[in-house]
Amino acid sequence: MRLEPKSAPSLAATLAYPAGAILATMAIAAILVLAAGASPLSVFALVAKGAAGSQFALLETLTRATPLIFTGLAVAVAFRAKLWNIGAEAQLYAGAIVTVVLGTGALPLPAIVLIPLIMLAAMTAGALLLLGPAFLKTRLGVDEVVTTLLLNFIMLLVVSMLLEGVLKDPMGLGWPQSERVIAEAKLPRIVSGKRLHYGFVIAVIAALWVWVIMKKTALGYEMRAVGHNPAAARFAGIPVNTVLMKTALLSGGLAALAGFSEVSGLKGNLTLDLSPGFGYTGIVVAMLAMLNPLGVIAAAIFVAGIFVGADAMSRTADVPSYIANVMTATALLTMVTAIMLTRYRIRWR
Amino acid sequence: MAEALEILFTASFWVAAIRIASPLIFATMGELICERAGVLNLGIEGIMVAGAFTGWFTVYSGGDLWTGIAVAAATGAAFGLLHGTLTVPLGLSQHVVGIGITLLATSLTYFTYRLALPEVTSPPKIDSFQPLEIPLLSDIPLVGPALFAQTPFTYLAFVTVAVVGWVLYRTPLGLAVRAVGENPAAVEAQGIGVTATRIGAVMAGSALMAVGGAFLTMSAFNSFFFEMVNGRGWICIALVVFGSWRPGKALLGAVLFAAFDAYQVRLQQVTGGVIPYQLFLMLPYVLSVLALILVARRATYPKALMIPYQKGER
Amino acid sequence: MTATPVLHLHNITKHFGPLVANDAISLELRRGEVVALLGENGAGKTTLMNILFGHYVADEGTVEAFGKALPPGDPRAALEAGVGMVHQHFTLADNMTVLENIALGTQSSWSPRFDRATALARIRTLAADFGLAVEPDQTVANLTVGERQRVEILKALYRDARVLILDEPTAVLTPIETEALFATLKKLVASGLSVIFISHKLNEVLAISDRVLVLRAGRLSGERETKGTTRQELAALMIGQEIAPPAIAEATPGPVLLECEAVCAAPASGPVGLESVSLALRGGEIVGLAGVSGNGQTTLAALLSGIHRPRSGRFRIAGEAVETWSPAIALQAGVARIPEDRHAVGTIGDMSVTENVIAERYRSPRFSRHGFLDWAAARGFAEELIRDYDVKCPSPEARVRLLSGGNMQKLILGRALDPDPKIILANQPTRGLDVGAISYVHQKLLEARARGAAVLLISEDLDEILTLSDHVCVMFKGRLSPPSVRGERSVRELAELMAGHGMEAA
Repeated sequence: MRLEPKSAPSLAATLAYPAGAILATMAIAAILVLAAGASPLSVFALVAKGAAGSQFALLETLTRATPLIFTGLAVAVAFRAKLWNIGAEAQLYAGAIVTVVLGTGALPLPAIVLIPLIMLAAMTAGALLLLGPAFLKTRLGVDEVVTTLLLNFIMLLVVSMLLEGVLKDPMGLGWPQSERVIAEAKLPRIVSGKRLHYGFVIAVIAALWVWVIMKKTALGYEMRAVGHNPAAARFAGIPVNTVLMKTALLSGGLAALAGFSEVSGLKGNLTLDLSPGFGYTGIVVAMLAMLNPLGVIAAAIFVAGIFVGADAMSRTADVPSYIANVMTATALLTMVTAIMLTRYRIRWR
Repeated sequence: MAEALEILFTASFWVAAIRIASPLIFATMGELICERAGVLNLGIEGIMVAGAFTGWFTVYSGGDLWTGIAVAAATGAAFGLLHGTLTVPLGLSQHVVGIGITLLATSLTYFTYRLALPEVTSPPKIDSFQPLEIPLLSDIPLVGPALFAQTPFTYLAFVTVAVVGWVLYRTPLGLAVRAVGENPAAVEAQGIGVTATRIGAVMAGSALMAVGGAFLTMSAFNSFFFEMVNGRGWICIALVVFGSWRPGKALLGAVLFAAFDAYQVRLQQVTGGVIPYQLFLMLPYVLSVLALILVARRATYPKALMIPYQKGER
Repeated sequence: MTATPVLHLHNITKHFGPLVANDAISLELRRGEVVALLGENGAGKTTLMNILFGHYVADEGTVEAFGKALPPGDPRAALEAGVGMVHQHFTLADNMTVLENIALGTQSSWSPRFDRATALARIRTLAADFGLAVEPDQTVANLTVGERQRVEILKALYRDARVLILDEPTAVLTPIETEALFATLKKLVASGLSVIFISHKLNEVLAISDRVLVLRAGRLSGERETKGTTRQELAALMIGQEIAPPAIAEATPGPVLLECEAVCAAPASGPVGLESVSLALRGGEIVGLAGVSGNGQTTLAALLSGIHRPRSGRFRIAGEAVETWSPAIALQAGVARIPEDRHAVGTIGDMSVTENVIAERYRSPRFSRHGFLDWAAARGFAEELIRDYDVKCPSPEARVRLLSGGNMQKLILGRALDPDPKIILANQPTRGLDVGAISYVHQKLLEARARGAAVLLISEDLDEILTLSDHVCVMFKGRLSPPSVRGERSVRELAELMAGHGMEAA
């Protein structure tokens, strides 16, 4: 069999294949639900209800989507330039560490100054963390996939060390957790009494910002050129290594904002379970969005909905909530297949 | 710091080193086969999780230990088939698919575990492989206990290296696998199917990864728990690079690496908590990164690694 | 002649979308003869062979080898029937040995042991019988191009090929190596093999073949016994109406625009770098760089393009010494580059025509302001180039991957020549193009010369070099011969230089 590029994918195909991917994902999930001895339809209904069936559910989904928008953007930006940043998890924690270091009273500043300052510092930390692997890739040819992956594990141990050492909350009854951030470092709630916070707004603004960079600026153009064909980009005079470094800074910075927003907007302090794999899920989000920054918002809400919905569902039905993880992983694989099929035609002869 | 040195001369240290190396050896060989055929398999971490669970669960449900290994291998091969189908004929990004397979294998495993054992709070244990002392040889000081008083599963790891080495360098099949990772067009021109060879290699490699995972539950920890693979898969990818894609060197790398790992555990006890234990735990990952940096300049990748092949395209 | 047909292609037709690649082509090959398949690029030679080898399936027609029909679409079938092919681009695994490459796929995949001794003995015998000297334990990466071709021929013979197909085999050989190849072919034919010799070079076809089949635009335009035909007749069959060679005006040499003095450089890719190369390009002149590929041309091109740096020596543009060097600086200095590989280096296949045409100038005020791109201006530029350079493409938004080689090259040409560059580096600018596109490229290079640009033309096609160049240099193993003016050296003398004779003295 051979793959032939399609000249111009029709609108129908552009929509049909991704829709098929979602359907395939649902079908596989249905099989698992059946295996668990439950009815797929009622379980899907429970998931949908848990994700968007009430104001509470909807706000909960948006809250969960917030860090995923950041990590999804981080991955989308990096993957565009074919910089395989699988380390959003580590960069997220880097941002979180900076947030508690600066936000627990070290800087007695008003919120209007303190919050932007913390954001900037957090982004810098995340950016610097990815700069290492990017440097090793461009200068020494060390594959960034493995280095960023390993950094995730190293970073988690760093966090653990800090939480049992210098950042340990003296009032924490021995739990490995940091002190809580001061009021001036907290992001306000959007709806009072609910958990949704202004981190979500920042995430949406970030997505718009990234969209502008990718579509309208020379940097975005450079990143795409480097991602598609580094040899041709270099020949045309695009500074490939510099572009990759800039990409790393942007990507790492965005992922770090996820850590900032979780601590500053939601949790209030740093713990070892701050992120249930937001960094990895960001890859799913980015791929579902076909690396489009605005698509990342929708994809993040969709993925968050599955997680929030599945959590709610598993409280009533006897289906483990891990079904959400299975669904997102399946969606990732079916979606990349679908994207390929919109661009290429399979010829058997 | 005499104590720190003495560790090196205790049999228990070397026994532990070889035991820690065993799962890495399987998975490293598995990754090596895939990469030799031109396919980077980032599904390794998840496939190890799946193998750890299915091997353990087979025995837990009353199966024989060797059946457990076989079931783990079959699970790995199944994920390998999925990986191969998506990356070889469809030519999808090996990075994205690999991560996807890891996420899928891990989540499916956790889902199945919760489904199969909804009630348990502490993971149940199984009767795992027991050490099998080889007469006479196991009496040699240091080397004896380390190499000849291990479980049959560990012996299998060493046999696997020999088999992988033989197949790759001494058989027509191995020649085809190596060639398909260097220049698939050359293989196609000689009438061998590139797709079949690559998918076959990814399946075989993935089976070995799963067996590596099964070692954790069936010869090391005796039960299954979440996050038990803990980055070992990624470390194996580094080991393949470190071993220059050669089975013998990769084996050496795995043992060296495991020795460091066993050493840091013992050093922790000697230093008695002065240094945060996390720094010791970090060592394996840091070492892997350092190993990559060390060999990066002279690494000669299989030339067609990560490059999808299209028939008739040059 | 009524010898037994060993290979019979009957009425082969193949369409690719609206394009007819092969239109009812029939070919018969008899035992012990050399049939030449002559045609321009894009005439359908490669498609025909791909059908024979099962890489494509014909829409109509059949293939028979030794009286038995070959199942369509099965690459193994032709091999097993005793038909071997030597591709233009070798299909060898570089990091493996000669023996491994030859024996690959010849022993049962499930056999527990690779029988090396038998393979070695057989390779030695074949090599001795047909004059194909190679060292079986050498790694392919260390072989010269000529040696690699011998390995390819051995691969086919090792599998008992009775029919050998060679696709443009001389493109990569020195004239001396070509003679050795022809000697081997004569031995093969004498021992009863049959050969199909695919080429677009008339002299070679006349020298080696018994019979000539000429393809034009997917159709068989004629079949002649070699003895009874002439160069002119074949040329007419191949091209249709003869395209007149471009009229070349007298050169009006200007100042030296680019100058290399004793430049040494490490290899940019491949084995050969540069050793003390001195070269001067004057405005209003074309300097042709002849030589068998792999003799340092790639390194020189990489150096002048800005993607490679010299190790020592001086390097001046318009009289000013170059200190820092990169593609961006080269572009700024007015160097236009037409790269050797359109697909891998010249264009970004998955980006649009618009995005590709601004690749070298997206930072200029014409296309961007404060880091923001002006897409309207970029699109306008793309439309301008499409119009001026007659690029056939659906729209400026079309992905470049979908363009034909000729149109891709026109786009690259347009992008490079639009700013009226002072210096033009054209590396294999017509490789793989059809006659029309080739003459278009030539015309553009001559126009640039006429308006005073300095052109360096690197080509493997000696005819092209001789037609266009005001001065010719020959490159061999990283060294450059002194230039000769138009007509000063005979083809024979140039061929000697290309084989390295007399280069040491140079």
